[in-house]
Amino acid sequence: MSNAPTPAPTPAKIALTGVSKRFGPKVVLDGIDLSVARGQSLVVIGGSGSGKSVLLKCVLGLLKPDAGRIQVDGQDVVGLRGDARRRVLDKFGMLFQGAALFDSLPVWRNVAFGLMQGHGMKAKEAREVAIENLRRVGLNPDVADLKPAELSGGMQKRVGLARAIAAKPEIIFFDEPTTGLDPIMADVINHLIVERVRDLGATTITITHDMSSVRKIADRVAMLYHGKIVWEGPRAVIDDSGNPYVDQFVHGKADGPIQMDIKRG
Amino acid sequence: MSLIPDVLAVIGRFTIASLGAIGRLARFAGLAVSHMVRPPFYLGRVAEQMLHIGYFSLPVVGLTALFTGAALAQQIYVGGSRFNAESAVAAITVIGIVRELGPVLGGLMVAGRVSSSMAAEIGTMRVTEQIDAMTTLSTEPFKYLIAPRIWASVLVLPLLTMVANIIGVMGGFLIATERLGFNPANYLKVTHQYLEWDDVASSLVKAAVFGFIIALMGSYHGYTSSGGAAGVGRATTNAVVSAFILILLANLIITVIVFGS
Repeated sequence: MSNAPTPAPTPAKIALTGVSKRFGPKVVLDGIDLSVARGQSLVVIGGSGSGKSVLLKCVLGLLKPDAGRIQVDGQDVVGLRGDARRRVLDKFGMLFQGAALFDSLPVWRNVAFGLMQGHGMKAKEAREVAIENLRRVGLNPDVADLKPAELSGGMQKRVGLARAIAAKPEIIFFDEPTTGLDPIMADVINHLIVERVRDLGATTITITHDMSSVRKIADRVAMLYHGKIVWEGPRAVIDDSGNPYVDQFVHGKADGPIQMDIKRG
Repeated sequence: MSLIPDVLAVIGRFTIASLGAIGRLARFAGLAVSHMVRPPFYLGRVAEQMLHIGYFSLPVVGLTALFTGAALAQQIYVGGSRFNAESAVAAITVIGIVRELGPVLGGLMVAGRVSSSMAAEIGTMRVTEQIDAMTTLSTEPFKYLIAPRIWASVLVLPLLTMVANIIGVMGGFLIATERLGFNPANYLKVTHQYLEWDDVASSLVKAAVFGFIIALMGSYHGYTSSGGAAGVGRATTNAVVSAFILILLANLIITVIVFGS
């Protein structure tokens, strides 16, 4: 059993202290304390609407927390603007839930987007890098000139993963990486995530409610419920956490302390 | 008894909501302009948008101008004949087209076509997290998505309006010479004689302002849309309606400033 946050073994790559966020009357994050060590893979679990995506967006600066501190490599990142923000964002890659590929661009330009627009790489070199990254996620170079709408859901996720790793980021976020995929494709994506993250030595935060992803990807697991971290601990003890919230979630039981909101608050 | 406080509360809420909306739009416009004048400039994106906004709007703007110019000449002839002023057809047509109908109708037609498509495209990118993805890829969405659209619209609307003015005058010329019996050479001479530089300048200034409004409204409503497909639909409608209203308001203001004295 591990109710209290366990100190990270190495200096924190990402550290959140007392982070809160509300939308109108609804409190989404309520004083979150969380740290992820360099090279560690943290998986945040929790039901739909528990604030997992908001957590990632606060770290990325897409949303501004109402209170609290977020540090990346020891640097405070809340409220950064301009070049300072861009330098921090250069450390990140992200795989979005729906892949979030740019509809109007072919696949290779999607993968190379950050390299070309953010880092000024020329098209010829960027295309080669894009095709190499497509290979790394198991896609044939033939797909490079297709539009995202011509790909299946699983292929779109792979392209999203290729885009997330193309600039060799130090930190990668995965937002529900297996949502909407069949179990076999979900396992393929989980496997690719583990391999590519290991290649890069990246620090990762994954948010999911898919327990097979948790078991495959996580070094550590944190559970978010009603805006608070109600449990955090190593993956190995997830089935024997002794925490009633985690037990109910892991075993998918209707009865327990977690009450599903019928109406969105 | 409680009617007056209720009415005051409604007025108060409406005023606060309106001021809030104006403030958000002004902040968005300020951010957009600040990104328009600072590098990096995505010139390829500007050219792409100029093609989309300008070239592909030519048929609709041209046809609108042709039919309006022709109808205007016919109306002036009929109205003028009531006090023996049929000869004013050429002068009034060219002034009416260049000062008002060319830029205003051109602006409205482009607003209908372009503001809606901008709002739909940017709105879809917003609700499918493509704009968030762009930010995480170290690319500022205001620079990549919005600044090129506004530059393109501001640059291309004056060109479209020039075309609309010429075609509109042409429409009046065709009706006057083919149906109303005017002498072609005389009609063109009078047209040239009555057209002043101020008319053309005001027409182009209006067009550039309308271009700014069209792209700003499409971008603003798309960028701030939420709530899935329904939200994108609302953004599209709001973009067109607000662009129409602001174009007509801006036209009135510029007309009063330029020709009021």
